Amino acid sequence: MTTRQQRTPWPLGLPALVGAVLLVVPLVGLLVRAPWDGLTRILGTEEVLDALWLSLFSATLAMLISLVLGVPLAWVLARSTMPGLRLLRALVTLPLVLPPVVGGVALLLVLGRNGLVGQYLDSWFGITLPFTTAAVVIAETFVAMPFLVIAVEGAFRSADQGYDEAAATLGANRLTVFRRVTLPLIRPALVAGAVLCWARALGEFGATITFAGNLQGVTRTMPLEVYLAMETDPDAAVALSLVLLAVSVAVLFALRGRWVGGGGAA
Amino acid sequence: MSATGQSFADLRADGLYVEGGVRRGSFELDLSLEVRPGEVLGVLGPNGAGKSTLLRVVAGLEELSRGAVGVGVQAWQQPGLFVPAEQRRVGVVFQDYRLFPHLDVRDNVAFAARSRGSGRAASRAHAQQWLERLGLAELAGRRPHQLSGGQSQRVALARALALEPEVLLLDEPMAALDAGARIDVRTFLRAHLADFAGPVVLVTHDPLEAMVLADRVLVLEAGRVVQQGTPAEVARRPASAYVARLVGLNLWIGTLGADGLVGLDDGGELAVATEAPQGRVLVSLRPSAITVHTEHPEHTSTRNVWPGRVTSMEVLADRVRLQLTGAPDALADVTPAAVAELDLEVGREVWLSAKATEVEAYADHAQPRRAGQLD
Repeated sequence: MTTRQQRTPWPLGLPALVGAVLLVVPLVGLLVRAPWDGLTRILGTEEVLDALWLSLFSATLAMLISLVLGVPLAWVLARSTMPGLRLLRALVTLPLVLPPVVGGVALLLVLGRNGLVGQYLDSWFGITLPFTTAAVVIAETFVAMPFLVIAVEGAFRSADQGYDEAAATLGANRLTVFRRVTLPLIRPALVAGAVLCWARALGEFGATITFAGNLQGVTRTMPLEVYLAMETDPDAAVALSLVLLAVSVAVLFALRGRWVGGGGAA
Repeated sequence: MSATGQSFADLRADGLYVEGGVRRGSFELDLSLEVRPGEVLGVLGPNGAGKSTLLRVVAGLEELSRGAVGVGVQAWQQPGLFVPAEQRRVGVVFQDYRLFPHLDVRDNVAFAARSRGSGRAASRAHAQQWLERLGLAELAGRRPHQLSGGQSQRVALARALALEPEVLLLDEPMAALDAGARIDVRTFLRAHLADFAGPVVLVTHDPLEAMVLADRVLVLEAGRVVQQGTPAEVARRPASAYVARLVGLNLWIGTLGADGLVGLDDGGELAVATEAPQGRVLVSLRPSAITVHTEHPEHTSTRNVWPGRVTSMEVLADRVRLQLTGAPDALADVTPAAVAELDLEVGREVWLSAKATEVEAYADHAQPRRAGQLD
């Protein structure tokens, strides 16, 4: 069963090579220039540990919020028949393509101290969101939740509704069907969506710095720390980047086969 | 709908009744049926006849556009009322089984009890009882993907029965099985359907399945009931070309005169010996009751003799089925030896004969709806 070796025509091969180099070489550069000797010293500083902890905490919280809100939203998008659903789907997935910094500006306009909603939060409850850790979580959720919604919605849509019907004939009400049948059936897509969402939240920069600012231990997440370090201590920036790279590789590993095969049997 | 209360009065014990219709685009289902407790009604019909829609209506997965569904004194649907599937107690064995792939067999069977609020342990114990009763205990820990078709079918029945349903529905229970598993499952179903006290509706397009499992057969075509009766009646006196084909009979439509001759609508004439009222009748004849000759049979008392031409030949196990054009067209079964002896081949001109005592004529009740056409 050997297929004859086919030469790749150069008009395809050359751009492919350049493209691959463009994607891979910077990562190699990161590994080559990494200050391996000073790694533990740099990563052990209080400032870095603060940023790392804040990043993990806020990304995880953003993922959990996305699960709680995004899974029902995905279900509605996939299964509801109410009018205006196409528009709603377009709107909730807009953050996928929206420059995050625009999202940050929008959040500031709505939830800022003088914002549409923010002014009432301030005057009625004394809550001010901008420049708090809560703002970091909100910004990350805004940017990352659509990843989860899209993954899960597709799974809801392609899941066999025959199982839901079977469950109904066995006496399960709609909520029980959702909890005991629909959700378990889409578990692979749910896991993939959650991991992607978490990774996206972890890397969030634009919306965070715009809406939440850049305060050590409060709103300065890893990406912000990297950006800041580039100005003052490039070695630290490289070290921090390595950490984020390691996390990304781990995410890819966790997702292998899942993203494409999402929705299949667990 | 005033007749509903009247005609189903005696059924209000705990029989199932469906009366009304579903209209969806150009498709229309319109029927009235009753199934007594303990009775197995076989619903036979071609694809698209509305068999599955009927099951979905009874299960509560679909609404009648108009009409009523219920069991005993309990109305499931009537004007202004629709009880959804989860609040009915209708056990459904789906054609594709629909066993939950993320649960093992025991938890599949325990699903109904769990949905009705029983605890996990109690539900599992209950499921285990059902598995044992149906001889499936050794499958308890398996996942659906580890089951054969026949095993899935049995587990699906166990799951439906564990609901302790008031009505049991089976949708083409053997359609997805191979021939070997089919015999096993048929025996299995026969045994366990007999134990079930409520009404059972079995949808199928396999006449043998209907004959073996059903107490009564209802033939559905294009959303209408064309025939109801015991399996034997339906098999002997099919009221439609579809059923005649299924059970392998010749079926013609015509008018019976005082002389005992039926003038067939599509040409030809047949003498019958049966006592049927004069007028519009259906005439059936077994293909094996037709004798094929190469020349006009001279010395015969047989009253029905007519010429025909072989248009196709098909080998069926131990005989050869000929399709013939003539007046009337007919199917005739002959032995392979006869094929050789008579030198039969497609295009050959032959003579056919059949005794009047073999020709069955019976009143055509579906006549007003049929407008003279069988197909």
